[in-house]
Amino acid sequence: MKITLKIWRQKTSQDKGKFVTYKLDDVSKEMTFLEMLDYLNEKIIMEGEIPIAFDSDCREGICGSCGLYINGRPNGPQKGVTTCQLSMSAFKDGDKITVEPWRSKAFPVLKDLIIDRNAFDELIQSGGYISVNTGAAPEANSIPIKKENSEIAFDAGVCIGCGSCVAACKNASAMLFISAKVSQYAVLPQGQVEAKERVQAMIKKMDELGFGNCTNTGACEAECPKEISLTNIARLNREFLAAKIS
Amino acid sequence: MTKLNAKIPEGLLAEKWTKHKASVKLVSPANKKKLDIIVVGAGAAGASAAASLGELGYNVKVFVFHDSPRRAHSIASQGGINATKNYKNDADSDYRLFYDMIKGGDFRAREANVYRAAEISNNIIDQYVAQGVPFAREYSGYLANRSFGGVQVSRTFYAQGQTGQQCTLAAYQAMSRQIKAGKIKLFSRRDVLDLVVIEGKARGIITRNLLTGEIERHSAHAIVFATGGYGTIYYLSTLAINSNGSAALAAYKKGALIANPSMAQIHPTSIPVLNEYQSKLTLMSESLRNDGRVWVPKKKDEKRPPNEVPEEDRDYYLERKYPAFGNLVPRDVASRAAKERCDAGYGVGKTGLAVYLDFRDAIQNQGKETIVGKYGTLFDLYRKVTGINPYEEPMRIYPASHYTMGGLWVDFNLMTTIPGLYAIGEANFSDHGANRLGASSLMQCAGDGYFILPVTIGDYLADEIMTPTISTDTPEFEQAEKEVLEKLKKLLSINGSQTVKSFHKKLGNILWTYSGMQRNEEGLKKALEMIKELNDEFWKDLKIPGGLYELNQEFEKAKRVADFFDLAQLIILDALNRKESCGAHFREEFQTKEGEPKRDDENYSYVASWEYVDENTPPKLHKEQLTFEFVKVTQRSYK
Repeated sequence: MKITLKIWRQKTSQDKGKFVTYKLDDVSKEMTFLEMLDYLNEKIIMEGEIPIAFDSDCREGICGSCGLYINGRPNGPQKGVTTCQLSMSAFKDGDKITVEPWRSKAFPVLKDLIIDRNAFDELIQSGGYISVNTGAAPEANSIPIKKENSEIAFDAGVCIGCGSCVAACKNASAMLFISAKVSQYAVLPQGQVEAKERVQAMIKKMDELGFGNCTNTGACEAECPKEISLTNIARLNREFLAAKIS
Repeated sequence: MTKLNAKIPEGLLAEKWTKHKASVKLVSPANKKKLDIIVVGAGAAGASAAASLGELGYNVKVFVFHDSPRRAHSIASQGGINATKNYKNDADSDYRLFYDMIKGGDFRAREANVYRAAEISNNIIDQYVAQGVPFAREYSGYLANRSFGGVQVSRTFYAQGQTGQQCTLAAYQAMSRQIKAGKIKLFSRRDVLDLVVIEGKARGIITRNLLTGEIERHSAHAIVFATGGYGTIYYLSTLAINSNGSAALAAYKKGALIANPSMAQIHPTSIPVLNEYQSKLTLMSESLRNDGRVWVPKKKDEKRPPNEVPEEDRDYYLERKYPAFGNLVPRDVASRAAKERCDAGYGVGKTGLAVYLDFRDAIQNQGKETIVGKYGTLFDLYRKVTGINPYEEPMRIYPASHYTMGGLWVDFNLMTTIPGLYAIGEANFSDHGANRLGASSLMQCAGDGYFILPVTIGDYLADEIMTPTISTDTPEFEQAEKEVLEKLKKLLSINGSQTVKSFHKKLGNILWTYSGMQRNEEGLKKALEMIKELNDEFWKDLKIPGGLYELNQEFEKAKRVADFFDLAQLIILDALNRKESCGAHFREEFQTKEGEPKRDDENYSYVASWEYVDENTPPKLHKEQLTFEFVKVTQRSYK
């Protein structure tokens, strides 16, 4: 099929950047979106130009490296997929596709479609862990955990740190990201000891790093490739409130 | 000449590690503060090592090529992690896990290392649970287990099909805590280009900042490579596309030995190659073989869709050939059996290079809800890639390059032949012999990182407490940087007409054809010639756009593929040298009447370790003889 691509090109973080149009007339529906970009890049290289830079690694939706803003939506039109899992079968002959990097103050563009997501690492460093040293752990079955709670923790823990939630949010808030980590540990006995400090530290850091506030529009949940639920934000709010008044 | 000394402690198998821990030299907390350690790679092994070393009080510097350490490919490990808790009361023990691994590795791994891996497996589960890893649980609130290939007990802990993600993130977070505490300094988006050796000791690395292209020098008292495997050398593999063997190769060229490089695991259950544009293959966890039944039609030209093929026309070939283990035979056995059926013309799908993995019976017997609970994320993943709903139609699967048992040679302390350079996780060779059993990779990575390296590195560093911070302003750093720059500039100056990807594809194809699931002398010799020719072409006709001092992904790829050419030749030499079949290394000339691998214990019961000499001289082979004191070496049988 034939497609027209409008892709954001930016040489460096200082460069102003602009859209450049590319036409491909032999795209297969069997390609993934990133394989289509690989294919385009091979052509660009053969023409002696500089290929489009974008991050990707595992190409199976788990590492969180990729993530592009496609036709105004993080990871394009399919629900519950990362950009690397997006199939070209989601598009049809003659389609025009606009491709941009995530847009957020906390995620500056480094080159073309590559952004700097170090802010997410800093959020985890601010408290997204349980402070147990190697060797200090009790026997694994000594603390039974309700199956239900373990599953809530897992469903929150599957976050891949891709940043789609931030890209989707009109305030560029990282609320879904931090709420997933806060929730995972709030429902586990191992995590409850530091629950109060964790939620406060992570919220504070989020503000410092230039992420916006949450106004409960739910765009993050709708665009999360791992379909992480908004109930995590509700739980974070309860935890935050409880930490404030206790 | 390098002499191999594995430094295996004396004494009974079950006492070796305990005695060793009690006898290693220690570094006091006050002295730890004065010592620097570089860790390269931050997956399940690197992150756990970095976190544990930081907690101990060392100054740790971590280098990753990703934007964040959380992206390391351990994150994609799916099915689980083994431990000998015996929660199932099914007679499991350290000895049984040890034996399963030794046998699974076809008696080509070191007894003492494997026993230690089994011995510390329980501590790993304890540690992960304390860190908040949400492993699957029973309604009672206690931890659940499942089974894996090559074993007859249920000892695998899991978090749906994302066990590796949960474990790797736990280690990443433990590391993040040490970053906040100031004990770890993180350098992301860095490629390691060379190792710096001063007076025979590993003292530093040369890196390239992938954002600016700047070449940097970093020093430390000891260096740890946790750089993973090189299965991407086959081009299509289940690995992340940027995984590479460059750090291991740099160490090799500086004097570290690479052991058993040809021992590469071809995983039996990957989603098959779907088209020519494909950039990687997606794994379907081995855990699926707990409940999925593998079959092909009995008739060669079966046209009916799988659900319409009646029971009597299906060949459940694993259950037929291996009744004792059935669908849960080890990976090498399952892969070869799939290839055999497909080569004989019974394969399914468009290409005929696929077999069915069918959940019909499991869904009927256990209910869909139970199957969703066990494998939900994997079924979703399959559906996303193929568009086929595996709850309704059998999955189609085929073997793919997955894991490299070979790697940097290390002694019992996980130290390479270069003093002060350690290799942990998949980057070393030590625990899996000629074939790795499922759910033992995370186990080895975590064991190395959390519990072994933090002990053994102290034994070396105890003699370094008087060594001040290593200067990077030395002739050795100067020389290493100069050589690196020369090589990079040479790559950039080729100015040819073919892209990196086209070369990588061709190289992968040669390896897959002649050094994949089956090998023979004639094919291997031909492959060696083909690789040499392709390598010459690469250095004459490679096209790289852009320059050195900028973010340049084509350039990064080119450096990695250039290293793959060297590694590929080593793989072929190793496969040629080993005139026997064992585990994943199947030489067609050496097989039993039933088509199973035929080992030659008299002549090949050794670790083949290769030493780099120079560009024009073939590498030198060193043999580490394997002695089996505690198990009886037998022909491996899963029938």
